Amino acid sequence: MSRIVRTAADLLYPVILIFGLYIVAHGHLTPGGGFQGGAVIATGGALVIVAYSYKEISGWLKKNVLLGREVIGLVGFIGVGLLALAFGQVFFFNYLAGSGSLFGMPVPYGINAGELNTAGVIPLMNFAVGIEVWGGLTIVILYMLSGLEKEGC
Amino acid sequence: MKKMFVVVASLLILAAFFGVMAMTLTFGSPMVTDMDDYFLRHGQEQTGSNNQCTAVVFDFRAFDTLGESTVLFCGIMGAALMFRKMQGGEEYEDE
Amino acid sequence: MLWNLPFITVVVLTLIGLVTVLLKKNIIKILLGLNILQSAANLFIVALGYREGGVAPIFTLAPSELMVMPTPQALVLTSIVIGVATSALVLSFAMVLQKKYGTVDIDKIRRLHG
Repeated sequence: MSRIVRTAADLLYPVILIFGLYIVAHGHLTPGGGFQGGAVIATGGALVIVAYSYKEISGWLKKNVLLGREVIGLVGFIGVGLLALAFGQVFFFNYLAGSGSLFGMPVPYGINAGELNTAGVIPLMNFAVGIEVWGGLTIVILYMLSGLEKEGC
Repeated sequence: MKKMFVVVASLLILAAFFGVMAMTLTFGSPMVTDMDDYFLRHGQEQTGSNNQCTAVVFDFRAFDTLGESTVLFCGIMGAALMFRKMQGGEEYEDE
Repeated sequence: MLWNLPFITVVVLTLIGLVTVLLKKNIIKILLGLNILQSAANLFIVALGYREGGVAPIFTLAPSELMVMPTPQALVLTSIVIGVATSALVLSFAMVLQKKYGTVDIDKIRRLHG
């Protein structure tokens, strides 16, 4: 692509990254969550992939890193669920909600202004799923592009 | 010509069937809301999350999300596997 | 009539998706039909959970306490992500078929017969 598109992609990529991470981090307060935020970040990756050619992109968007990101997301999601067994609860129990520690402020029923330090394990699961979707959706685009490159069309 | 007639006739029958079924529903007033009323009333105290959709996805129905993550992982692994085989330089056997 | 407009839209989308899946020969068009069918199902589930005058089920500075049902939206969120994964898989199959057979027309891919 031309220089204008590449410069715009360079400028927009960190903004998209921060916006996606904001959506992931505020998943328990505002519309959004892990899947939506991960999809937004993957959109930024797709923008960079479109703006540059495959040869230039394969140097710093490595497939092994993205694959590891996906695996870490899934394992972290299951691990957060499994950690409830260490607290003497059942699988996927929300052991942090209302406990007063990390993400543990109790919330009464009703309309409020929103507090980031709430909701127990839900933000942790949001981050895990967001990382998984980020790696997964980017690596699909990258693999399809590499398949096209090999065919030469 | 005959195939076209069969297609159009079956489409009309299906449209009538679905249309009658759609007319029996009323938009805006669901019949059974007990479970969702419970989620809306007690979800904030039990999970601490303001967003009740996230509370349902990640807490009340977390097993659904586990299956969904697994399906996403397997689908993307399948796609990656196909292109990795194409990439490795080995041609497909022509059987 | 007009108060049932979302369900009528569901019927129209279902018929379009069925026709596309059953009559088209191109694999990518069949995938598009499947996606239209999936959209119809998603719209149906979300429309079933709507309550008259309800707002989105988020308590952060909500304008009123009357909210729509959260469970159908959670199910549709699950369904959308699974749809993305299956679409990626089917498109990868289409690319492999294009490489091996030179076409994605299912009538011309003779080796799939028997």
